Amino acid sequence: MADEVVLLDFWVSPFGQRCRIALAEKGVEYEYSEQRLAGEKSDLLLRSNPVHKKIPVLLHAGRPVCESLIILEYIDETWPESEKKSPRRLLPDDPYARARARFWADYVDKKLFDCQTRLWKLRAGEASHEQAKRDMVEVLETLEAELGEREFFGGEAFGYLDVVLVPFVAWFHAYEKLGGFAMAEICPRLVAWGERCKEKDSVAKTLTDPEKVYEFALYLKDKFGAK
Amino acid sequence: MGETVKLIGAFASAYGHRAEVALRLKGVQYELILEDLRNKSNLLLNHNPVHKLVPVLLHGGRSLSESLVILEYIDESFHGPPILPTDPYDRAMARFWAQFIDQKFGRFNFWIPFVQMEGNMREEFMKEAKENLGLLEGQLKGKRFFGGDAIGFLDIAACLIAHWLGVFEEVCGVTLASDEEFPALCEWRRSYVNDEAVKPCLPNRDELVAYYRERKEMIKAAGRQHK
Repeated sequence: MADEVVLLDFWVSPFGQRCRIALAEKGVEYEYSEQRLAGEKSDLLLRSNPVHKKIPVLLHAGRPVCESLIILEYIDETWPESEKKSPRRLLPDDPYARARARFWADYVDKKLFDCQTRLWKLRAGEASHEQAKRDMVEVLETLEAELGEREFFGGEAFGYLDVVLVPFVAWFHAYEKLGGFAMAEICPRLVAWGERCKEKDSVAKTLTDPEKVYEFALYLKDKFGAK
Repeated sequence: MGETVKLIGAFASAYGHRAEVALRLKGVQYELILEDLRNKSNLLLNHNPVHKLVPVLLHGGRSLSESLVILEYIDESFHGPPILPTDPYDRAMARFWAQFIDQKFGRFNFWIPFVQMEGNMREEFMKEAKENLGLLEGQLKGKRFFGGDAIGFLDIAACLIAHWLGVFEEVCGVTLASDEEFPALCEWRRSYVNDEAVKPCLPNRDELVAYYRERKEMIKAAGRQHK
């Protein structure tokens, strides 16, 4: 009980999925607590994240950690060695490589997520939606260039930035539908990287079916999109 | 570590100040290159092509941007007093509140909208800002600095509150952080700006006020054009 780990999450959240993948990579047992998107928030969520009132929240021995990138760092520092065959940290050992990984993680949260939101939120055909499409292509091309010829963002091993970005792979199909472009043409290496990541158990069992993600994006569009 | 350290900053930049304070706390010799943000140099554009913002840290042949990422890098790369706490949970909390400060008091989330707002919206915004200051007041819990007895990660991130907030208050003719309402925060603010490592690299207050007075008119005009 003293070391109990609970994750407050929402099934399709890329931010929550990051935490699930990291916990799986580390072999940490935890209780999954699904939260509501709409309607009243649970007392547990409000108590655990009174500032932002958002998932994901990791509760470790009763103490809450909020914000997915901070949760990943916490997981990496608290359980430095995976229980699996190759014990290792998610973040690289070299300080410069760590800083680069953190820089790109921040980029994903600032730019990719923003473009993703604009793709479903704005009305197709309007100038702002066209701009969102152009911005999304630029973001994807930038990430494609950062990946380069490497197998993973973490180099030969699946690491921190891979964990940060991989939940968005399940959204690629929705990007194509909402943006009217072909991912394989814009960022073929990123698409291939996504497939490689999916060969990992931690990723395969966490990522949402792309069709379901697209349905969810349409639900968001219907409920919260520009009318 | 015999490699040279250069920092690209800008006169009024709180984010550049963060990186500079961290270098000074660690006792690192560095060269400061002040950028004219209205006429960005090729040096800046080449080293931060993604965001085109200061600060950029040049260490040996490598470059890094985003102030909080730079703080972590400096902490991990140089000897000297630690900037982040050592306990994983304390580290997570320091990162959380640093991110909170960027979310609530960063240039795009505070200063620019605040200048452009009028009437009720402005009142509401000020009320929220005070609530946020109250949350930070609560984090001091009788400590001299957020980091305890010495300046740490969150103190450096909070330079936006220590030095820049007062300038914004003066330029906008409002009071947000008063000794009556936030005694601990105001006491901390004095400790921070008078610290030996901090003081020599804080931009002169009168010059900052003059700078932001000019900026304020430009931002207002841009806001009107946008409407």
